[in-house]
Amino acid sequence: MTLETVVFYFLAVFIAVCSILTVTTNRIMRSATCLLLVLFGTAGIYFLLGYTFLGSVQIMVYAGGIVVLYVFSILLTSGKGDLAPGLKRDKFLAGLAAAIAGAGLMVFITMKHKFLATTELLPTEINIKLIGQQMLSGDKFGYLLPFEAVSILLLACMVGGILIARKR
Amino acid sequence: MIHMEYYLIVSAIMFFAGIYGFFTRRTTLTILISIELILNATDINFAVFNRFLFPGSMEGYFFALFSIAISAAETAVAIAIMINIYRNIRSIEVNKLDEMKW
Repeated sequence: MTLETVVFYFLAVFIAVCSILTVTTNRIMRSATCLLLVLFGTAGIYFLLGYTFLGSVQIMVYAGGIVVLYVFSILLTSGKGDLAPGLKRDKFLAGLAAAIAGAGLMVFITMKHKFLATTELLPTEINIKLIGQQMLSGDKFGYLLPFEAVSILLLACMVGGILIARKR
Repeated sequence: MIHMEYYLIVSAIMFFAGIYGFFTRRTTLTILISIELILNATDINFAVFNRFLFPGSMEGYFFALFSIAISAAETAVAIAIMINIYRNIRSIEVNKLDEMKW
């Protein structure tokens, strides 16, 4: 048992429990809190893989931005002590059956398939200078066009959000 | 060294928890939270495939990065729509959302 394995198993159990709690709990605020914990666990997995920049983006954008948006809109739209409306038994069973069947199939295929994975990986960190240069280069492996497209998308969604949510 | 299958199983559990929530939830905000779980699980898969199968290149890494940005944009617009729905019908439950404006 190395430290890496211990950390991985802790993160795996944490993510599984929190993501199941996110979709089963009755109170919407608890659901958002569990989502926050899942996102932190995901950032931990990125750190474990050696992708520290991706992990910090995950914490900044998801845990810092999106969850705050969720909490604001929950506080604006639901009253104190609101519970999730009751579910019909057949709907519940259908959803549960679909989820469990899908998860079983996916885990079966994953375990059955032989990936040609590199076995002995050293935990290396991608140089942040390299990330910046690739992000803004127009060469073969450059990502300038998606970068600009995402910036226009963010502008459009900002304008759209203001337009939809403003008072008439 | 942890095999990549274990990472994939964790993300599969997260993905299908999201699917379950998407099918069974009755409030628009909780449905959106389930979609967030699904997107997050796919991001983990991109990073894991890039790390274990193509350690020399960075395609999955950048795809996960852009996917995070796009899901932030999607959440912002969706929450604006939900606040507008709440303003019109004083509720965000899917069952009460049965008529459109035009």
